[in-house]
Amino acid sequence: MNRAVQMDDAPAPLGAGVFLQAGNGRHLLGLDGVPRESLLDLLASAARYREKLRTPRWISDELRGIAICNAFFEDSTRTRVSFELAEQRLGAIHTTFIASGSSLSKGETMLDTLRVLTSMRVDLVVVRHRSSGSPAFLARHLGAGIINAGDGEHEHPTQGLLDLLTLSDAWNGRFEGRRFGIIGDITHSRVARSAIFGLRTLGAEVVIAGPPTLIPAEAETLGCTVATTIEEAMHGADGVMALRIQRERMEGGLLATLGEYARLWGLTRERIAQMRPGAVVLHPGPMNRGVEIAPDVADGSESRVLTQVENGLAVRCAVLARAAAAIGEGS
Amino acid sequence: MNGATVIRNARHWRTGERLDLAFDRGVILPSPLHEAVRVIDARGLVLAPGLVDLHVHLREPGQSAKETIERGTRAAAAGGFTAVACMPNTEPVLDSSAWIEWVRARAEAAGYCRVHPIGAVTMGQKGEQLTEFSTLKAAGAAALSDDGRPIMSAAIMRRALEHARHAGLTIVCHEEDLTLRGEGQMNEGRTATRLGLRGIPAAAESVMVRRDVELAALTGGRAHLAHLSCAESLDALRDARARGIPVSGETCPHYWTLTEEAVGAYDTLAKMNPPLRTERDRLAVIDAIRDGTLDCLATDHAPHTEDEKNQPFDQAPFGIVGLETALALTITHLVEPGHISLARALELWTEAPRRVFGLPEVRLESGYPADLVLIDPAVLWTVEPSEFHSKGRNTPFAGARLMGRALATICDGEITHLDPALEVEGSSRPARRGAAAGSESIAARG
Repeated sequence: MNRAVQMDDAPAPLGAGVFLQAGNGRHLLGLDGVPRESLLDLLASAARYREKLRTPRWISDELRGIAICNAFFEDSTRTRVSFELAEQRLGAIHTTFIASGSSLSKGETMLDTLRVLTSMRVDLVVVRHRSSGSPAFLARHLGAGIINAGDGEHEHPTQGLLDLLTLSDAWNGRFEGRRFGIIGDITHSRVARSAIFGLRTLGAEVVIAGPPTLIPAEAETLGCTVATTIEEAMHGADGVMALRIQRERMEGGLLATLGEYARLWGLTRERIAQMRPGAVVLHPGPMNRGVEIAPDVADGSESRVLTQVENGLAVRCAVLARAAAAIGEGS
Repeated sequence: MNGATVIRNARHWRTGERLDLAFDRGVILPSPLHEAVRVIDARGLVLAPGLVDLHVHLREPGQSAKETIERGTRAAAAGGFTAVACMPNTEPVLDSSAWIEWVRARAEAAGYCRVHPIGAVTMGQKGEQLTEFSTLKAAGAAALSDDGRPIMSAAIMRRALEHARHAGLTIVCHEEDLTLRGEGQMNEGRTATRLGLRGIPAAAESVMVRRDVELAALTGGRAHLAHLSCAESLDALRDARARGIPVSGETCPHYWTLTEEAVGAYDTLAKMNPPLRTERDRLAVIDAIRDGTLDCLATDHAPHTEDEKNQPFDQAPFGIVGLETALALTITHLVEPGHISLARALELWTEAPRRVFGLPEVRLESGYPADLVLIDPAVLWTVEPSEFHSKGRNTPFAGARLMGRALATICDGEITHLDPALEVEGSSRPARRGAAAGSESIAARG
């Protein structure tokens, strides 16, 4: 609420508490506002899970009796499968529903759908939805813990955590003094926002670059600097992430052609070479080879694309375990 | 109401002088020394002509889950209003004389204030085929507007202004370029960027303001620019006035009290169109009120149901209610900080809007309609939406501590709102307009 309005007796603005405690307790709504210690704890936990997951036939009963509903109002194979595998490895009871063709087409609201599902004694809801802020909305209205698996153009916190884990490995656990470039469609990217918030909290510098039509208004207020060319963003960087470019951005004048995009903003070997020795390349997938990333970069030694996927499973184990523990504590 | 009502010891809204005033059968009497059936002791209160709101959504016909004419006008009376102009974006759209007459008849029967329907500019507000302006005017339309559905074709807008000029009607313009708005949900800026919400740039408004200023210059048709929200629009209006172009403009209380930051964590109660802008815009709105660039104030009272607002941000409808907080937000945030005087503030809610639509004048003098409001400008109160008379509770001001309130509203000689704090010898409960039969018995008791 603006200071111009006297709100002495006013209740806290709707949802502000939830939003500010975005990573506390049983919810993970975003990385915006999650304290450094919480991020480091989650990364350390994820690293331990990664070791366990490398053990053949590893399975745990840590989440035994915890019921988890994966509510995917828009499908995403990689994120959904990653959550499902994490839930199974930890021994949770889990179910997945994908909205296409379900009750939503019968006019039921998302809230009613999830009220029905959580009435079946669901402890955690992993939600993917096209509306920015929908996990915060659900956290206000449902008793269950809410894990954001990507909300519109806002955040994708487990993706952000897996990017942090990948960079932590590459940077020997030191984020201070590191510089990371994010290239592409920042405006519409929940991946970019979560990465920016997480990296800033841990002390790294973030430089974004992309077509001016795809850099959001007042982008620097996210805590990053805005470069005008890809070279400027990558020169001397310790790592870079290319964002997936959507074909539909060519409608409405956001992009001219994918060819021009590739020439101006694509990761190439020449551009990679401008980074510091040991710098790494990330991509959230799925990749458009030859558009935002050249094939020889995607498959090059700097690429951590498949490491990111492995880390995603470990991060999701850590997040689910933490949320389940918070439920156990009755928070 | 038969038999004179006398208001004693009030303070004249403009001169500040002590004032006694009597009215009977809807008209102010020549002398206050009448045998009074009812006496209102207005010591410490300001007496002014009833407030006028040129921009409300009463939602009937068709959307009575959000609001009704009865509840909306009851809210208006509670806010100190004796007249409102209601927008035609109903279901069906008010694009025919039959629906204009229906709204007027319903307001006569159920309403607590005068209702001036605004007719649609185009059939179904589709921006294509013009409605019959002269017929709508004959049926009682006070102005024309496609509010909420801006006319994107400059050519259609040009023709509409030409016909409107001939018909003697003002076109109320919801200034928004829909292609620039796109899928925007809130102001384009830092808050939208952080929340990952699509932005609506200020230029979506100011581009259309500039267009319509030029079309008003071209045609001589009168354009009234509704709910202006950003500095660039106000600059455009200022330029237009300097050039003598027949345009006028209004703004709403939320634009001088709140900024985009009120959206906070996806608060749909801070979602309206045009959206809350930046601090720079908020200050520009106050400047434009101070320097007279803006002609009048309006609420854009836009009730929605709780379910409609209780959705993820991008799915919730635009709009907030305003009738029951407008006066207090004006006193608290314009008068109290010293931006304008109370007299000027009341002028912006009374004489100014009447002038913009050419509605009959109300003066605190013999022979004028008894459309009056008694205001306690110093009372402090807390906004409690559950106490609203409106069906809509969608306000971002819940819990706000505000100053100033209408304690009694009199429309056409009927007491349409009476605060329990105010004692009236004789009469008591608020009545609908035209509820004379019911008030007889009350009068008899006095």
